[in-house]
Order: sequence, then structure tokens, then C-alpha cells
Amino acid sequence: MSRISKTFEQLNTGRSRGLVVYLTGGDPHPDRTVDFVLALEKGGADIVELGVPFSDPVADGPVIQCASERSLQAGTNLAGVLDILRRIRERSDIPLVIFSYLNPVLRYGFEKFTEDAATAGADGALLTDLNVDEAGAYMEQMEHRGLDPVFLIAPTTSLERIKTLSQSSRGFLYLVSRTGVTGEQKSISERAIPLVERVRSVSKLPLALGFGLSERKHMEEVAPHVDAAVVGSAVVRMIGDQGDEKSLPSRLTALCAELKAGLRLDTSTV
Amino acid sequence: MAASSTLPDDRGRFGRFGGRYVPESLIAPIEELEETYNKAVGDESFSEELSSLLREYAGRPTSLYYASRLTERLGGARIYLKREDLLHTGAHKINNCLGQALLARRMGKKRIIAETGAGQHGVASATVAALFGFECCVYMGEEDMRRQALNVFRMRLLGAQVIGVKAGSRTLKEAISEAMRDWVTNFEHTYYLLGSALGPHPYPLIVRDFQTVIGRETRAQFKEMEEGELPDALIACVGGGSNAIGLFHPFLSDENVRMIGVEAGGRGSNLGDHASRFEGGLPGVLHGTYSYVLQDDDGQIALTHSVSAGLDYASVGPEHAWLRESGRAEYVSCSDEEALEAVRLLSRLEGIIPALESAHAVAEAIKRAPKASGQTLVVNLSGRGDKDIGIYREKMPDLE
Repeated sequence: MSRISKTFEQLNTGRSRGLVVYLTGGDPHPDRTVDFVLALEKGGADIVELGVPFSDPVADGPVIQCASERSLQAGTNLAGVLDILRRIRERSDIPLVIFSYLNPVLRYGFEKFTEDAATAGADGALLTDLNVDEAGAYMEQMEHRGLDPVFLIAPTTSLERIKTLSQSSRGFLYLVSRTGVTGEQKSISERAIPLVERVRSVSKLPLALGFGLSERKHMEEVAPHVDAAVVGSAVVRMIGDQGDEKSLPSRLTALCAELKAGLRLDTSTV
Repeated sequence: MAASSTLPDDRGRFGRFGGRYVPESLIAPIEELEETYNKAVGDESFSEELSSLLREYAGRPTSLYYASRLTERLGGARIYLKREDLLHTGAHKINNCLGQALLARRMGKKRIIAETGAGQHGVASATVAALFGFECCVYMGEEDMRRQALNVFRMRLLGAQVIGVKAGSRTLKEAISEAMRDWVTNFEHTYYLLGSALGPHPYPLIVRDFQTVIGRETRAQFKEMEEGELPDALIACVGGGSNAIGLFHPFLSDENVRMIGVEAGGRGSNLGDHASRFEGGLPGVLHGTYSYVLQDDDGQIALTHSVSAGLDYASVGPEHAWLRESGRAEYVSCSDEEALEAVRLLSRLEGIIPALESAHAVAEAIKRAPKASGQTLVVNLSGRGDKDIGIYREKMPDLE
């Protein structure tokens, strides 16, 4: 069983939903990411998505675009992110999912990517612009190396496609709460919970909901419905604002603890 | 090679190129577009309405003009110019915009968004938005807004909002990224009017189909002028490649007609100094399609340079990648300097000031003609040079 599946199994028996945290590898510098991830884990993150910076992140809003720029400025590339991942793995057992646009992976070589990612200790990969219809050969190579392919599902995804995406994913499904790019929102989209219910009706995989979730009250709102919540921009913004400050890891821990508290289930909802 | 005129396949593939590489959120809007387009293609009233708009509003057919003084000066091949520069708004872009505006209306969209490099597609989009009563928002890199300031004003005069994009090289690539972000956020009431034969399937197909009117007219006009003969070669500039594919496609089965696409050679051969995707790039994925892409060793998309904003893009339409790989078309490049020389020569000899993009095609004809005695060349003069006067003044101080 993969680290991701094990984590969700443990969450199932516990009193809290999972917290999945995204951050861009190498932002603001490759030397800092390991400490950030350990700090996130300490605060209660259950799974970490490690982003590979890309020059043209079309699915991302300004916060993560800027993180990509900072990381590229610091000289980060895919090999660098895999090295960060290896260093995290030396010190932690937290499930790690690589998050990347397709082109850096194609340039690196897909087969070599799956091999090196697995060796470094990655558990899964989500390739933002790899449409599942184009993904057949890639998925085989990932599974061959024991990497869980994770796909996105949008509020506009048809039921038939949801089935295909569910069959093509391992570990968990990443549900996009609203159409649009990544970024914090004041409130959760009205389409989010119906989406969770629709996917639940055809899939047995754990469901993580993301895009626009950034505060404790969002966590509380979704906790009864999802297996995990994904927070990205709120964490990345903190890194962007305070990247040079020594106290940043402890603040990241505090942010995660606050978010995780919102995912706790009281007995009435278990 | 006749088979290639039936591409793309139903997955949007031209050989190994093309496809649909987009985040899941864009799948539904793309499928909606595909469905609308497939229905429209089979609907006679759609093609009739488009034909009458092209005729009465845009000014089609455009002429095929025998450039006798240029031919005489070069002393070789006979050169013909397909005069897309005579169209309303000054370039071939209006062909595609009218077609897609009809699609947007069918889909019930109230707002159109577009990206633009040189501003010609932005102007054509603003124009059809005015004509159809759509709200219009055009994304344009700030560097392009600077060098094509006249077109920015034209768009605003036509009622469009022009949004400057600050990221990266502040040119077409970043404008497309920003338009895609708007689209994924607002697609329920917004139509993305993509301007070149690029992007995820079915855009390369749709844009090509709306531009093939260039090649169909050229074929008929040339035959009429030259007693049923076909030209020996077609030459067109290639940014995304919509004017080129529009000229080439109706000739794909004519094995004796050579096709030459001209990329921007810019100011040198180092990465970042040109937009010669075939010479300097590798297959990869940018903006939803698998094609040749200028990129660094890490798969980051490279910055590009061309004096011509419309050719200044890191990738190229997937059908061109396929035509090159299959050997049906060849691709070369012309430098900034060669293009500017072509502007001077065509202006002086024929009284036609070409757009910088089109001047790249003219420059290639100037290179080839002296060695091609007895042959005929058709050059797609895809746009007029009015928008580039500011650059011409800057680059030709001897005329001030």
C-alpha cells in the first residue's frame, strides 16, 4: 500500500480530515524548502504537494505564479526539486506528491522522471496540463515505478469523465472547488460540495478538495464532506511575504495547526 | 501526401503533434466549442452567413497581384502577392475572427477575450465585437503595447478593453497565458477568440478552416491568370502560422507546389534572440498543444526576439510541425534586417508597405527569386504596414 493510501486509512479511523499542503519547491531558495515542509508536517499537514516551477503556469493565479518566478530565479529545476524531495524523505515519512506542468517533465524524459522521482522517495505525481485522454502511456510508467497518478476533477467535469479520472487515479482525487485559477477566495464556491457528492457517488477513492480554500472557517465548512482539504496559495503567500525571515518555519507550523484544527470532527459529524 | 489534408484525427493530432494538453477545468469549455463547431460546419446557413460577411464586410475576395516591378528587379521567378493586406482591419486575422464570432453568438456568449501580439488579431477581435455587440477584452504584453501603440489605440476606439500583461518577456506568450486564465475563470459567458492555428484541439483546426479561404481563392485566381497552371511555390510567414496554413492547406494534395514557411530569425542564433522554433526548438507542450517549442535544458519556455511582434512566439502551430516532419513543407527563417530591407524594396517598387510579419515572407521571396528563373512564387502578403510605421521610422533614420 502506498504512503498516500496508508495516510488516508489512518485518517479514516481518526477524528480529523486530512490537510494537504502545496508549496513550490525552491521558493524562495532550494535550501529552504526542506525546513518549510518539516514545519508544515509539524503543524499537522498530512500530505505535501511539491510544485515544480514553470515559466508559464496557465492554471495558476498571481500568488503561485510569483512563487514559480522566485524559484526559477533561484535556479530551481526539476532535478533540483527531486533533490529537495530526497532530502525531505531522509527526515520525514510524509507522503509527497510532485506537482508539475508537463513540459519540464517531458524535457527531463518521462521515464527518467518516474524512475528518479520514485528513487528520491516521491509517492505520486499530478501533472496539471496532462489531460487524462492523453495520459495512457505516462500512467503505465508511473505505476511501474509505484508512483500514484493523481488527476484533477472540475465542477464542469461530466459524470462519465469523473469515472475515467477516478479509474486513472491512485491514492486520492483532487477536486477543484471552482472553475478558475489557483488562489485564495473569501468564500467557498457553491459548486464545491455538490461536486464532492457527485464524485463520491461513482468513486471509492479519498477526495481532496482544493482551489480557494485558505482559512480555518473554510476547513470547518468542508470537513463534514471531504477526506482532505488542499491549501496552496495561503501557504505560498506566507512564504512569499516572509521568505527571508528566520521565524517563517514556526509561522508555517502555526498556520497548519490553525487549518488542521478546522478539519477536526466533533462526534456529531463522525 | 494527400492523406494529410484529412488531418487532424478526432483527438486533434497531426501525426504526433497537436492534441489537447489543458488543465481539467478547460475540458468542458473546449468540448462545448468543439460540439458547436462540428454542428456549424454541417450547417449551410452558417457558411452562407460567413461568406456574406467576408464579402460585404471584410472585402473578400482579395486580389492576387502580379508584382511586375519586383519580379523585374530580382530577375528570376515571377512573384505574385496575395493581398490579404487589403482586407478590412488590414490583415488576414479578420477571416478567423468573423468565423469565430459567429460561433460565439451560437454559443450564446456575451463577452469575447483575445490575445494579441502585433495587435492585428486584437484589432480584428475588437472589430467583430463591435459588429456583433459583444463585450471585448484583449490581453497584450506590455512590450507589444509599446511597439504597436497604434493598434492599442485602435482597439480602444473600437470599444475594447486592452489589458497589459507584465509577466515574462511581456509579449504574445504571456498574453496567451493570461487569456487562458481569464477563459478558465469566465467561460460560462466568455468566448476565447484564439487568433492563430495554435492551442488545444479544436483551435488549430477551427482557425485553419476559417483561414483556408486564402488558399482557395489563390488557387482559383492563379489558375485563371496562368491558364490553368498552379504556382511552383507558396511562401508565407509563420508565427503561430494561421496565414501560412490558410494559404498552404488547399494546395496540400498538389504535390508539385512547394510550401515555404518563414520564421523570425531575429537578431541572431542564440536562444532568446530569435523565434525560429524549428531550428532552435524541440517538441514540447505549450498552451495546450504538442509542437516545436523554444525551451531551455530544463523545459522552461525560452524568451524570444523578433522585430515583428506577430512572429515573436516560442511555439508554432502543430500542423506546421507535422507538415515539416512529413516533408510536405519546408521552414526557413529571415532576420530582422532582411525583413526591414524587404519593407523598403516592396514599398519603393510596388507602392505596397507590408506589415513586418509579411515582410519576412517577402524577404524569402527576394532570396529565392533570382535563382528560380521560369518559376512562379506566391507570397502571402498577410497584412499592411500602417501599424509598423513607428518601428520603420525608428529603424530607417535615413528617411527622416
